[in-house]
Amino acid sequence: MIPMEYYLIVSTIMMFVGIYGFFTRRNLLAMLISVELMLNSVDINFVVFNRFLFPGQLEGFFFTLFAIGISAAETAVAIAIIINIYRNMRNIQVKNLKNMKW
Amino acid sequence: MNYSDIFTYMHTEIALIIAIVFGFLYDLIAGKRGRRHFHTVMCVLMVLFIAGTIYPYGEAGEIFGGMFVYNPVFNIVKSILAIGTLIVFLQSDNWLRREDTEFKRGEFYVLTLSTLLGMYFMISAGHFLMFFIGLELASVPMACLVAFDKYKNNSAEAGAKYILSALFSSGLMLFGISFFYGTAGTLYFDDMVARIDGSPLQIMAMVFFFAGLGFKLSLVPFHLWTADTYQGAPTAVTSYLSVISKGAAAFTLMAILIKVFAPMVRDWQLMLWIVIVLSITVANLFAIRQKNMKRFLAFSSISQAGYIMLAVISGTSFGMTSLIFYVLVYMVANLAAFGVIGVIEQNSGGKVGMDDYNGLYKTNPKLAVIMMLSLFSLAGIPPFAGFFSKFFIFASAFEEGFHILVFIALVNTVISLYYYLLVVKAMFITPNDSPIAAFKSDCSTRISLVLCLCGVLALGIVSSVFDCINMFSFGM
Repeated sequence: MIPMEYYLIVSTIMMFVGIYGFFTRRNLLAMLISVELMLNSVDINFVVFNRFLFPGQLEGFFFTLFAIGISAAETAVAIAIIINIYRNMRNIQVKNLKNMKW
Repeated sequence: MNYSDIFTYMHTEIALIIAIVFGFLYDLIAGKRGRRHFHTVMCVLMVLFIAGTIYPYGEAGEIFGGMFVYNPVFNIVKSILAIGTLIVFLQSDNWLRREDTEFKRGEFYVLTLSTLLGMYFMISAGHFLMFFIGLELASVPMACLVAFDKYKNNSAEAGAKYILSALFSSGLMLFGISFFYGTAGTLYFDDMVARIDGSPLQIMAMVFFFAGLGFKLSLVPFHLWTADTYQGAPTAVTSYLSVISKGAAAFTLMAILIKVFAPMVRDWQLMLWIVIVLSITVANLFAIRQKNMKRFLAFSSISQAGYIMLAVISGTSFGMTSLIFYVLVYMVANLAAFGVIGVIEQNSGGKVGMDDYNGLYKTNPKLAVIMMLSLFSLAGIPPFAGFFSKFFIFASAFEEGFHILVFIALVNTVISLYYYLLVVKAMFITPNDSPIAAFKSDCSTRISLVLCLCGVLALGIVSSVFDCINMFSFGM
């Protein structure tokens, strides 16, 4: 069986790739995808911990299910807001969101 | 499980769900004449809700196997948040009557009450899953509210900034929680205490968790979304965001820190120490240079969040009392300030700059005086409630030995007085040839401002409020 650490390495890399993408991407949808990557890495973490360390219970699995559902809801709202921005400005580049600074 | 327990311990949440369903159905069914009274109906509904749930009876208990915890002190906090929501409703009427928001005013009420429900679940959580669901229920509809003015670029921009940082922060927080699960094997608050030993992995997990909640509280390293969101959101939503959601998050943070992370008290006290100094100082320095009233109050609310954390750092039951009291006093003062800003914005065609306030006393003396009193209370000048709440906060931190921290906070209070008085100076002293014209504000805004004013003047003097909270609060 594949040891637990391998999964954790994958999930941690996913997490920090997501953070890196969130800071460097200049398109709202790409930023949203990066954040989704972060949320998914957490799901892997929960499932792996549950499967390997506490196989007798289901807490981690359930947390994952709820986390997936909630992140879907958040994404729906985020995309609705991005669509609204597109309607107002005809563009979803971050550099246009500069009406308010400092 | 005894099913009657659900009604004993969850009565606040059940009543709120009924209110949400009622608002939703009323929006759906009511005809043209019914919709004209929508505002009155919702305000009466909130008053009934507060009257029915305010009494903190019974003793602590839990249902759903410990997922949901009831405690009289939670009930007090919930009632305070509900009163704040009522005041926001009263202030929002003028804005909601505008043509482009008239048809979706039902959505405003339902979404606001949904966020309130999320905060209730977050406060009463006994498990990290419950806490997370409550937090998201509080922040997802909030993003919709921030982007409520669909045809304004600023509102859309503020909504995007809010939802992206909310998503980012919940990602960080979940990452922390997952490592707690890996090291402790459970996420029930009661069971976790015994398995938390302060190992390096757990310290890292706590930092991630705190970063996630710090975004909601807008403490300094995580505050960058605050000013933009506050400026772009509709004023009623801004006031809701700055007071209600911040108060709920602060109380929940304290409850979790003293219930779950008690074994790591040295670690989180050090972390909070740094964050408090940063948020008070940096926010004060940024507030000095603001020219927009909403942005100015945003930075002021960041520094107030730092002061609120002073109560959390002590971790005693006195600290919890002073936190709740501080949130209450901050709520009335800040809602009064935002109420004045909102009513001026509505009646003067969107003026929110600080220069526009020059000579306000000449034309609208009552509004100017209310603004002045609320700013004095925010700054902590003696006869008003803000002085007493700040005093209790400082006392609770001082008792636990954070002398230098309290000193830094005191110095910052003096700095904050400077920028609060800048507004007062603009309103009373600075001459202006074309001040904002005199106008008559509508009835419900006036009621809300009077309520806030009573709070600012009376809360510090009527000591029974503090005693009542003190009876129920708990500490480490």
